Amino acid sequence: MKTILKLLNLLAFAFACFPAAAALNVFACEPEWGSLARELAGDKAVVFAATTALQDPHRIEARPSLIARMRSADLVVCSGADLEVGWLPLLLRQSGNAKVQPGSPGYFEASQFVARLEIPKIFDRALGDIHPGGNPHIHLNPRNIAKVAEVIAERMTQLDPANATDYKARAAAFQQRWQAALQRWEQQAARLKGATLVVYHKDMSYFIHWLGMREAGSLEPKPGIPPTPAHLAELLERMKREPAKVIVYSAYSSPKAAEFLSERAGIPMVMLPFTVGGSDAAKDLFGLFDDSIKRLLAAVK
Amino acid sequence: MSIRNATALAIAAALGASQAAYAATEDDLKELRETVRQLKELYEKRIEALEKRLQQTEQSAGKAAAAAASAETTANQAVVQASSRPAGENAFNPGVSLILNGAYGNLSRDPARFRINGFAPTLGEVGPPSRGLSLGESELAFAANVDHYFRGVLIAALAPDDRIGVEEGYVHTIGLSNGFSVKAGRFFSGVGYQNETHAHAWDFIDAPLANKVFLGNQLAEDGVQLRWVAPTELYFDAGLELGRGRKFPGAPDGGRSKNGFGSGNVFAHLGGDIGASTAWRAGLSHLRTAPQERNYDDFDSTGTGTRVTNSFSGRSRLWAVDGILKWAPNGNPTETNFKLQGEYFRRNESGNLTYDVAAASLGRRTGSYASRQSGWYLHGVYQFMPQWRAGYRYDRLYAGTTRLGLVNSGALSAADFPILGAYSPTRNSWMLDWSPSEFSRVRVQFARDRSQPGATDNQMFLQYIMSLGAHGAHKF
Repeated sequence: MKTILKLLNLLAFAFACFPAAAALNVFACEPEWGSLARELAGDKAVVFAATTALQDPHRIEARPSLIARMRSADLVVCSGADLEVGWLPLLLRQSGNAKVQPGSPGYFEASQFVARLEIPKIFDRALGDIHPGGNPHIHLNPRNIAKVAEVIAERMTQLDPANATDYKARAAAFQQRWQAALQRWEQQAARLKGATLVVYHKDMSYFIHWLGMREAGSLEPKPGIPPTPAHLAELLERMKREPAKVIVYSAYSSPKAAEFLSERAGIPMVMLPFTVGGSDAAKDLFGLFDDSIKRLLAAVK
Repeated sequence: MSIRNATALAIAAALGASQAAYAATEDDLKELRETVRQLKELYEKRIEALEKRLQQTEQSAGKAAAAAASAETTANQAVVQASSRPAGENAFNPGVSLILNGAYGNLSRDPARFRINGFAPTLGEVGPPSRGLSLGESELAFAANVDHYFRGVLIAALAPDDRIGVEEGYVHTIGLSNGFSVKAGRFFSGVGYQNETHAHAWDFIDAPLANKVFLGNQLAEDGVQLRWVAPTELYFDAGLELGRGRKFPGAPDGGRSKNGFGSGNVFAHLGGDIGASTAWRAGLSHLRTAPQERNYDDFDSTGTGTRVTNSFSGRSRLWAVDGILKWAPNGNPTETNFKLQGEYFRRNESGNLTYDVAAASLGRRTGSYASRQSGWYLHGVYQFMPQWRAGYRYDRLYAGTTRLGLVNSGALSAADFPILGAYSPTRNSWMLDWSPSEFSRVRVQFARDRSQPGATDNQMFLQYIMSLGAHGAHKF
């Protein structure tokens, strides 16, 4: 009996030790939220990003490793608006972790705190993989990042009150740096205003909207449906009549369709990192926008 | 600017006036200078005031623009809320999804006479799909959170012969912590890998032979499942299921009339990633049942085609080892990906076998029964370009040893149990499928099925699987 008790104690101790001793385990669905959580929590949190910039956030496998991470999470930060509908609900259900279920303070959907674009008026899957809640790729407008940062900082304070002053100080410092960067980016990108872009997927809408650019078409015939020859031919015709300034595609999408159109229509193409880690320069959120604007400025003459 | 110009003009005019009064006295000059100074001061003051007003106007214009922007934001949010909130009683309706599927089959042997030799026939739907055009099972699923503790799921199977069955119907906890969750109701047992997956998510139109002989195609148990996920970075889970024993390998069909449990299953899985591109999971499970009067039909040895019904009572122990590996470049399966899946089953059964329970042939006799049998399958599916996948599956079963007391004692001969005759079935299957979107799939499959000695069944199937409604998430 004694040995069993000893064993149980040992087991309990081992499990208590497990997830690193940090105050807050943050599970970020996408790298941009991982980066933001790191900015806001510093060493007060262990941040895990479930996906990388080279992965399509719509199509992620609900892998065992992700369930394991979800199991120990204190805060889940995701884009929401159905972006993760194919995998996140499964992770949440299998994790056995009540702290992060939708509706609890440990569950955070960034898209709920900003104005979403492209909210469909007609819900029909014949229109492709549309999101009833609007376009979920909200992080590409840095003004959204500022708003989301505010709410995440509040959540961190709520979940880990012991470090509240630290979170508040970090949030204030981040907002200051972010506002300064925002002004710089808006100045740098001033000449992009009105530029027309062909996108791969409708994942750049917030970026385009922020800088006052205009989307002239997408390589996908419908959201989530890979480019077809017929659609590319039609797009090429359109580009010959009214050429766009540039074709952009994200780090996670195949460049083939963009190459096809770029060559034939004589329009420059450029890869945009899309999120943190999408290019060597996009090491964090600041780098993401620095690099995106730099690449776009270089391509749009 | 115009105000400044006016000042300049005024000063110039004043200066001009002073020129005209060239001959005036020093006092006059002083007075004039004073006037000009005053004039200058006055205008500067007025300019300053005007500039201030202009600035204020600009500021308030900015504020108005900001207000307009925020009004737009609010309006947008209002639109979001308006569009995503159904009205009244419907607001809390469960998510509904529907799976439609149908097939065309071309088989060289009649599916109605399908049997897997060497193995006691199961009670499930183990035969291949029908010849010609046929509708598959349509699945109608409802799911929603009940409250902050439970989630409810009902999946009804509408069979093409107009029967409605409950494929799964369970409640699942969402409010437990520390990695625990409990499921209760009817659910696919966590034995092996594919058993828990719905048929519409299978990579081939039919189940592996091993699942057919050991689990009666797919085992759905009425029971309770307790599952625990370890708080480790390497994924580990363990679970226990207690069930009614309502389906093969349990018996009789529908379960016995007894208190307590008719079946028990324990399982554990390990899983993780290898770099960014590869993910894996391996599992071990053990299912125990105590079948009573598990009947199966066979032919007697008279050669007249007389059917006899034999019945097994005893205990059944099944071990399953399963493994799955998924690869995609950088973990992005959009362009290409590969999946390797395999399971190995081993079953020991012991008890009594009663021959010809209905006394239709040689009469009812009972003897001991002991069998050790195994089987496995391995399949790989490769997405070689977006929307297109190709796959190959190899199935193999080992009839192993079956010791029959009635045969050993000489009361009956092995020929009286033709279906239990030692034979090791194999099957090769190839498939190609096209998925225009996440919600539709069209598949062609060829198989060479050697489930019966001396006769290869060449099978060709065309199948469609469509999913409507709520976006279901697929298990790893």
